[in-house]
Amino acid sequence: MANTACFIIVGRNDIPIYEAEVGSAAKREDAAQLHQFILHAALDVVQDLAWTTSAMFLKSVDRFNDLVVSVYVTAGHTRLMLLHDSRNEDGIKSFFQEVHELYIKILLNPLYLPGSRVTSTHFDTKVRALARKYL
Amino acid sequence: MIGVGKMKLYSNVLDKPLSKGKQEVSLSAFALLFSELVQYNQTQVDNIAELERRLDDAGYAVGARVLELLCNRDKGNRRETRLLGILSFVHSTVWKVLFGKVADSLEKGTEHEDEYMISEKELLVNRFISIPKDMGTFNCGAFVAGIVKGVLDNAGFPAVVTAHFVPIEGQHRPRTTILIKFAHEVLKREARLSQ
Repeated sequence: MANTACFIIVGRNDIPIYEAEVGSAAKREDAAQLHQFILHAALDVVQDLAWTTSAMFLKSVDRFNDLVVSVYVTAGHTRLMLLHDSRNEDGIKSFFQEVHELYIKILLNPLYLPGSRVTSTHFDTKVRALARKYL
Repeated sequence: MIGVGKMKLYSNVLDKPLSKGKQEVSLSAFALLFSELVQYNQTQVDNIAELERRLDDAGYAVGARVLELLCNRDKGNRRETRLLGILSFVHSTVWKVLFGKVADSLEKGTEHEDEYMISEKELLVNRFISIPKDMGTFNCGAFVAGIVKGVLDNAGFPAVVTAHFVPIEGQHRPRTTILIKFAHEVLKREARLSQ
């Protein structure tokens, strides 16, 4: 079970459309900003790596101290990024796949503008439940 | 209510599983909807270029969603990173899901390196539409061009996509060609990846 985990969905224009702290440990005040900073810094690496493979799950692309950044790139180049300290790759892969399905269902809504923030509370609840289950 | 029967009622769309995509819609229903779409946009604009752009935008929204859905459903979560890959994806998979058949042909342009053409004898959306003479070169296939543009753009291959009528001798109705002109960066990246 991961102690720290920060999950962000970044759209094609590099603007985050969803973010959540899904770790189970108590958080320091500045931890949230630091996590988001690390994830944004990893975006460059992801961009290069995404064109080298046709797989969606890119495993771990960057490290910071003992935290690892894992990324899953969808067909529309939406990046699901997870900052974590666990080594459970299979669990992370399943987590990404389930969130990917949820994201597609959100995207299929004709009134949802691709690239805008995901505001559905139900989506939030489901992501957190998935995080508890797989991470 | 008729038909509710044993259907499991989900409280939220996020809980419903993604459909397998075997559903078909009646052609007349689609033709009616599309003709209303065109007529509605006609009342909102003053010139043909604007009308074409609106149909294009409508198609773009469809393309963005079709790309994500099909890659997840039909391709087992594999992305396309190469030019020919994404073109054949559009030509076969996308066309099959949207129109029930693969596109008639996919050709590479002869004059320019960055041009490709997808041709269709009769575009489904144009089947019940005739263009009056005073509208010149307007083509309702701009909607399909928008779909292709949505797919290519979101997959990371920005392109200018347009629909054209190509008259063929011996045939009363002209053939429709979707012309795809890729942006410069796509070709550079493609050259870099081929090494």
